[in-house]
Amino acid sequence: MITSFLIDSLDRRGRIVVGLLVALALLVPAGNLLVPEGSAFHVSTYQLTLFGKYLTYALLALSVDLVWGYCGILSLGHGAFFALGGYAMGMYLMRQIGARGVYADPVLPDFMVFLNWKELPWFWHGFDMAWYALLMVILVPGLLALLFGWLSFRSRVTGVYLSIITQALTYALLLAFFRNDMGFGGNNGLTDFKDIVGFPIQAPGTRAALFAASALMLALGFVVASAVVRSKLGKVLVAIRDAESRTRFIGYRVEHYKLFVWTLSAVMAGVAGALYVPQVGIINPSEFDPAASIEAVIWVAVGGRGTLVGPLIGAVAVNFGKTWFTGALPEVWLYALGALFVVVTLFLPRGIVGLWDRVVSRRTKPAKEMDGSGRRAGEAA
Amino acid sequence: MTDKAEGSLLYLDDVSVSFDGFRAINRLSLVLEPGEMRAIIGPNGAGKTTMMDIITGKTRPDTGDVLFDGSVDLTRLDEAAIANLGIGRKFQKPTVFESHSVEDNIALALKGRRGAFATLFHRRSAAEQDRIDALLATIRLSDKRDLLAARLSHGQKQWLEIGMLLAQEPRLLLVDEPAAGMTDAETAETAILLKDIARTQSVVVVEHDMTFVRALDVKVTVLHEGSVLAEGSLDAVSANPKVIEVYLGR
Ligand SMILES: Nc1ncnc2c1ncn2[C@@H]1O[C@H](COP(=O)(O)OP(=O)(O)O)[C@@H](O)[C@H]1O
Ligand SMILES: [Mg+2]
Repeated sequence: MITSFLIDSLDRRGRIVVGLLVALALLVPAGNLLVPEGSAFHVSTYQLTLFGKYLTYALLALSVDLVWGYCGILSLGHGAFFALGGYAMGMYLMRQIGARGVYADPVLPDFMVFLNWKELPWFWHGFDMAWYALLMVILVPGLLALLFGWLSFRSRVTGVYLSIITQALTYALLLAFFRNDMGFGGNNGLTDFKDIVGFPIQAPGTRAALFAASALMLALGFVVASAVVRSKLGKVLVAIRDAESRTRFIGYRVEHYKLFVWTLSAVMAGVAGALYVPQVGIINPSEFDPAASIEAVIWVAVGGRGTLVGPLIGAVAVNFGKTWFTGALPEVWLYALGALFVVVTLFLPRGIVGLWDRVVSRRTKPAKEMDGSGRRAGEAA
Repeated sequence: MTDKAEGSLLYLDDVSVSFDGFRAINRLSLVLEPGEMRAIIGPNGAGKTTMMDIITGKTRPDTGDVLFDGSVDLTRLDEAAIANLGIGRKFQKPTVFESHSVEDNIALALKGRRGAFATLFHRRSAAEQDRIDALLATIRLSDKRDLLAARLSHGQKQWLEIGMLLAQEPRLLLVDEPAAGMTDAETAETAILLKDIARTQSVVVVEHDMTFVRALDVKVTVLHEGSVLAEGSLDAVSANPKVIEVYLGR
């Protein structure tokens, strides 16, 4: 049931996206490892890692779009789930260092030795095992989202109020993770990783594998999101977004639907964070910065809210822009981002994808079939 | 609970609700028999919509009993639970799911399992498709099935909402001002449709339009300042001096 449910879930555009991601997962690592350096098709390790990072951002953006674009829940705190997934991975990578740290303690990470701790805090146990760490990558963001969502959706907190408490959530975590006595490395976070599942983390082969994993995980996330959005449940989500109380009066328990999509989305964000950390080599509290969560929302808006392809395009495009700007004109970047958001909000309500659809439909379809947003009836992805 | 409630479909007794000290519903009592169709009239602000809010779980009454089927206490249930008991509602302002197609609007309202996992793996059956087709024919939107609901005219949205209500197969339909914003022809057709529905289901209709209420030809309850002012046939209540005063005194 599950497989046919997933396979049937893709429309033509979805198949193209998944096909492209699988191709990327194969070709980019090949371009890095197999193509000689002088060739025009060679991908440098720097480019590979950078693009791998963008792909994890794309997965984060997809998770934001799932709740915001399809259910109207504007989360300004999704960075928290991303960071928690990242910390779970970071803890595993710290334990992999073993006795190779500066203080050469076989069990305790360096920062704990530095703080004069004598034993490993209870919540660090188990993270020496990859399967346990992967479980935590899913469980920690998932359970936090479940608890947070259960409390807020049950009390029917919606709209701006919900957005504000999601900001508060990530801000509270930011402050907590800054503290040394929390046991997560404080301000410096977790870094100086050595191995991942036994492979040296800096080795080209490992980096290529992490890139491929990011592309494939994004493809999987896309298929799952697509299946959800195109199911009847997805239609209920859109119904909630457009007319929440109407949805209640036809008998749907809105809070259950929100809780489902919210938790699923948080898990996706957590997985994205877990793939991000080994590629950038560090996780610190700045990932909880409320501004980071807002940036993720901007990626979605730019790419096209309520389309599944949009967040992927938005995340990659905006981050290319960010990389370029912070190299060339670092002081201008925040203004450029702000201006971009204003322009998109005012002129492109459905972002790049909406613009694309409008251009294509003008050429191929009579205008009267389209609604104001450039979308045809029944089209979701 | 109360003996008087026995055998009734909907039973409101001594219900009051205040908003910031203002009594929108004031010791309201009303009994609806199974299979009955009732028209509710009354000036703006009389509390007609608030009464529907109370029955459907949107607003909790401060005091009083609200019973369905003679015994189910509606004041303890939420909107979804009340809807699933078999009470459907059409809003005063037509509310349909604008970014869904007309057909999907009906499909979402169609009676069926409402749980998140049931809908996640739901596949539309042939029986469901037949039912959707039949409903679309009833509300005369078969040729508009693929159109986004946002693109319908006001009157068509009202009809779509009635179609969604029927799709739920409720035992009791609460219909708030169905003829608002409709042309005369549409209004007349709506009256026929509602009378048709009333043959199999119980219906409470709130309406301002007297021609429409006359066409329904059912028992009328006049609401004023949150309580019942008069009850009876339309002719009887129209002749009632208190009713005349309320309507002409404005
Ligand atoms: N949620 C609310 N908060 C405050 N006042 C309300 C609320 N709902 C209704 N009212 C007031 O209660 C009165 C009855 O309103 P309503 O039931 O909408 O009247 P009707 O449908 O008969 O025109 C009005 O004076 C309205 O302003
Ligand atoms: Mg009203």
